[in-house]
Amino acid sequence: MSAAAHNMANAHDHNHDHDHQAIPSDPALRVKALESLLVEKGLVDPTALDALVDTFENKVGPRNGARVVARAWVNPAYKKRLLEDAPAAIAELGYTSGQGEHMVAIENGPKVHNLVVCTLCSCYPWPVLGLPPVWYKSAAYRSRAVIDPRGVLREFGAQIDEDVEVRVWDSTAELRYLVIPERPAGTENWNEAELAALVTRDAMVGVAKVPAPGEKA
Amino acid sequence: MNGVHDMGGMQDMGPIRYEQDEPVFHAAWEGRIYGINASLRARGEWNLDAWRHQIELLPPADYLQMTYYERWLRINEQLVVKHGLATPAELAAGSANPGSAKATPALTQGMTQDMTHAGVARHLGRGIPSSHDPKTPPHFQVGQTVRARNIHPIGHTRLPRYARGKVGAIVRDHGVYTFPDTNAHFQGEKRQHVYSVRFPARELWGGQAPPQDSVHLDMWDDYLERV
Repeated sequence: MSAAAHNMANAHDHNHDHDHQAIPSDPALRVKALESLLVEKGLVDPTALDALVDTFENKVGPRNGARVVARAWVNPAYKKRLLEDAPAAIAELGYTSGQGEHMVAIENGPKVHNLVVCTLCSCYPWPVLGLPPVWYKSAAYRSRAVIDPRGVLREFGAQIDEDVEVRVWDSTAELRYLVIPERPAGTENWNEAELAALVTRDAMVGVAKVPAPGEKA
Repeated sequence: MNGVHDMGGMQDMGPIRYEQDEPVFHAAWEGRIYGINASLRARGEWNLDAWRHQIELLPPADYLQMTYYERWLRINEQLVVKHGLATPAELAAGSANPGSAKATPALTQGMTQDMTHAGVARHLGRGIPSSHDPKTPPHFQVGQTVRARNIHPIGHTRLPRYARGKVGAIVRDHGVYTFPDTNAHFQGEKRQHVYSVRFPARELWGGQAPPQDSVHLDMWDDYLERV
């Protein structure tokens, strides 16, 4: 946020007595003050915070989802389980977490392209994709994905044919959606690990296709 | 609440700003507020729906100007005061009043036996106020045509404005979940079925939408009526 925006936000606060606090406007300082206070009160353990940051920076992310997709591509029985009971199939690979116990996998095909959004905020399948990128949480994406998904897809560089159904999933409840993209041509002889390296986060949200080998993502 | 957070179908919000190789957290404080938020939520003083509603109560102009984690910071400052865990003076000082009560961090209690990722995840998972319950019967069946009710509650709801009054078809029954509209206000879980409802894009947006396109929303029983 710009300094001007900060000043405007603060000016606004001072007209709201429910929120009148002489606290620093810099979020870094405010977070530091909040953490110090909560640690002193025994409400927060700083080592637990370290563990959480490490989890999302280093252990959970779209590589998890890519492994799920690659296995579904090479193993029809696994794909069937994934489509019928995604939480159980994803847990087979060792991934479980808070925003993920109600996972649903949705499959792209020649006649349907799926795209996931949370118009109300930021719901996202954490265990398979990690925390959402800023654009996914932005007003621009949340507002347009449901009314103009083809425009959004064009902006991301995805070519979707006229006769394909674009099917948008607005995550309004506790279900979390993972798109199984189409396996690109030219990968018939690839193994699971090679395929997983090809699968992108954007394809699993549905704003892009998985690029064919040698094609730019 | 017909708030600014309910953005589906709004126009002229500008281009989608895509960042290549985006970091998980853009500054150290974002990771810290993420962890603080998770630690406080694990205590259970406020549920996930009440947490979401607190974000929706941010003044609209502030909501639009804040970054995502600035919103998290603001509402955590508000929630600790609202639920009596700290005073505004303590927040300003960054230290506790002499003699104030001392607790044991809930997240640490859950993680001490199991500091693995799965241990963290299991503990966080308890905060999700939803579950399956085979004893609660569904009010609608897969394949049935339904209308999203035209309601405008002043409190929390997960029924977006753009779907209200629109007709769709139930494509999947997801089982039983806590009803956010009551749970957010600590008025009970009111468990009921949630369905995937398919709305043709033209039902939502008129003739400008391609005839084959659709939007699926997850809808609680109380959001739907028979056609």
